[in-house]
Amino acid sequence: MENLNLHLVWPEILLAISASLLLGFGVSKTQNRAPLVRIIAIGILVVFALLSYIMGSPDGEAFKGALVVDSFGRYTKFFIGIAAALGLLLAGNYLEREKLDHYEFSVLTLYAVLGMSIMVSANNLLSLYIGVEMQSLALYVMAAFNRDSLRASEAGLKYFVLGALSSGLLLYGISLIYGFTGTLDFNNIAASVQADGLSIGLIGGLVFLLCGLAFKISAAPFHMWTPDVYEGAPTPVTGFFAAAPKFAAIALIARLVTGPFGDISAQWQQVIIALSVMSMLIGAIGALQQTNIKRLMAYSSIANMGYALVPLAAGTEAGVRGMLIFMTIYLITVVGIFACILQMRIRDGMVERISDLSGLAKNNRGMALAMTVFMLSLMGIPPLLGFFGKLFAFLPAVQADLIWLVVLALIASVIGAFYYLRIIKTMWFDEGDTEFVIPVRSLSWTSAISALLLVGIVLVPFIAKSGQNWIALASSGLF
Amino acid sequence: MTIGLSHYLIVAAILFVIGVFGIFVNRKNVIVILMCVELILLAVNINFVAFSAHMADTGLNEPMAGQVFALFVLTVAAAEAAVGLAILVVYFRNRGNIAVEDIDLMKG
Repeated sequence: MENLNLHLVWPEILLAISASLLLGFGVSKTQNRAPLVRIIAIGILVVFALLSYIMGSPDGEAFKGALVVDSFGRYTKFFIGIAAALGLLLAGNYLEREKLDHYEFSVLTLYAVLGMSIMVSANNLLSLYIGVEMQSLALYVMAAFNRDSLRASEAGLKYFVLGALSSGLLLYGISLIYGFTGTLDFNNIAASVQADGLSIGLIGGLVFLLCGLAFKISAAPFHMWTPDVYEGAPTPVTGFFAAAPKFAAIALIARLVTGPFGDISAQWQQVIIALSVMSMLIGAIGALQQTNIKRLMAYSSIANMGYALVPLAAGTEAGVRGMLIFMTIYLITVVGIFACILQMRIRDGMVERISDLSGLAKNNRGMALAMTVFMLSLMGIPPLLGFFGKLFAFLPAVQADLIWLVVLALIASVIGAFYYLRIIKTMWFDEGDTEFVIPVRSLSWTSAISALLLVGIVLVPFIAKSGQNWIALASSGLF
Repeated sequence: MTIGLSHYLIVAAILFVIGVFGIFVNRKNVIVILMCVELILLAVNINFVAFSAHMADTGLNEPMAGQVFALFVLTVAAAEAAVGLAILVVYFRNRGNIAVEDIDLMKG
């Protein structure tokens, strides 16, 4: 078994084995094992997130170069694991109340996280494809998880059709790259690009590949599925979609453009910039007239993916660092926001119109405060963390002489501020008498903690500094 | 005339385009969309195998990688079809038909 280096991929092996075992364990005719399976799955995800740090595993390549383990992969896997664990934790109460509490939900989450983990550590176009597909197949099912709801099954169907199309584009790109470089391995592709230079087929393959991945991060013009899927899918699933898969896919894009295609930055830069500009503008303008808060979050996530692509367009190490800082802060915010949205429950069930938030400041001051922090942070108001996210994201682009792109990003931010402010106005100044039922503790605590993180980290220089060092170490893993 | 690499690539490209257009232009039935997805994956497989055979002829690079990839694509395509049909069945139970123009509960 030489060269397999199995000890490097223990986190993935843990996920694969435990997900399969849980799938068998969950089957029981006499009792409902879903809550137990969920708790075990949360534990496994936390262990998964920490495992590579606990073991202090060295950098290296496993499975003869198919997977690579480095500080970048460790960092992204940590946040993917934590985000998925929080997603499951928040989902528990919702699933029980909506009578959806099947144990498969936890198992599917584990498989999706396994796929994302393979994506971020892919060092080979084959493992890239397997990772993407593994993640997507689990997510298609999760979107349609409420199988008695027409909306949820429509969301699942739309997600499936467009996701399958995007996999097709991705694959076609991979086949062209394979044909024109003669290899699937990232290191060999980089060497071949350096030696033989550009060919039209390689550029075509690269564009197809990036378009396929743009579907996964819902960057415009490949964003069509996002609003419908976000609206139709069960709310905890939407929250999960908005956090972990986006992070995994954009990390994969970062690895691709800096690794195998690092030498032809002029080619992919145009694609990334085009995706970024369109996402920012469509995300900002599309959100203006939304009345459903989940749809609004969909457009907000499209816009935020546009911002996250701005530093990547620079293609420098500072750019990757900026992207990681921005995405980490976005992850914290999004988890908090969905913890708040899950609290929007009246006696008859969930509500999701923005107008249902009116009068929230009177009825539930804590949630209104948390929501205000999230909205201000998404707008990028100092001294909240969201401001620093945008600062570190836009700075590398300025240094790379992409000033017009940053100006566009700022214009989009200003347009976006309108709908974030509208939510704040609805909560604090509109009269309303929607009374939400008292939420379970996991929801209110999660939203409170993420709001505190957004306000507090900047005030504690020690944490801010070490966080920055951690991210700097992670981004140096790619170079 | 001998059939060379470029002929295979052209066939694959045509199949790919038919598949993509089939997804967007088709307004009748979701099953047709699933067939178009399969068509795209088959186009990719032709590409892989053609490149692989070409590399084996010229003795360059990694000819086996393409064939292995084609096998993986076949496997994943089967899994994808299974998941897709399952979602379609769930949708049909709720909606009562699978006409594409009726999938418009949410406007995207």
